[in-house]
Amino acid sequence: MKVKTKFFAAIKDIIGTPEVELELPDGITAGDLFQRYCQQHTPLSRYANNTMISVNLEFVPPETRLHEGDEIAFIPPVSGGY
Amino acid sequence: MIDIIDTDIALEPLVQDVRKNSNGAVVTFLGVVRGFSRGRNVLYLEYEAYREMAVRKMQQVADEVREKWTIDDIAMVHRVGHLEVGERSVAIAVGAPHRKAAFEACEYAIDRLKEIVPIWKKEVWEGGEAWIDDRP
Repeated sequence: MKVKTKFFAAIKDIIGTPEVELELPDGITAGDLFQRYCQQHTPLSRYANNTMISVNLEFVPPETRLHEGDEIAFIPPVSGGY
Repeated sequence: MIDIIDTDIALEPLVQDVRKNSNGAVVTFLGVVRGFSRGRNVLYLEYEAYREMAVRKMQQVADEVREKWTIDDIAMVHRVGHLEVGERSVAIAVGAPHRKAAFEACEYAIDRLKEIVPIWKKEVWEGGEAWIDDRP
């Protein structure tokens, strides 16, 4: 299945790109995908405990299964406001 | 009115948005870029948003306000991009029949915005920069 993954702020700096489209095996979860990125980009592990995951613009638990066409984002701690 | 914008925030349109005959109180909040943070002189800030989700989460904050105070009139605008010290980064206006609920709802809205809306701030100072990912 094909999904789109978006990266922001500190995580975008680590990955080096704002957005990736990729082909994934069926049955993979949002948390699995984050773990994959942690293995490819070790500095990302620093965010393993405080990063939220969104699928199609809603926060989801890591065990959420991904589907064809999903838009996933890894959301490091937010700091909007002032 | 709920929006993410790239230009200066004008407060008056938010006030107009929440004014109506049944609202005796309009409370506004304005967030402004501080020139001094964490013991350093800040040169400027960069704000980044996951726009589609940020707007959706700001809507959620407005929905929560509606449920808790039965307040329908809330406007929220966040600016993103390069902001100089003294510039406005966020504005909220709440209109309600009486001031108590309006004050409470406005404080709740900025607190929740800082918790759940996917917007990030990078501080740039003399000789360095960092994404701010802890809550002071």
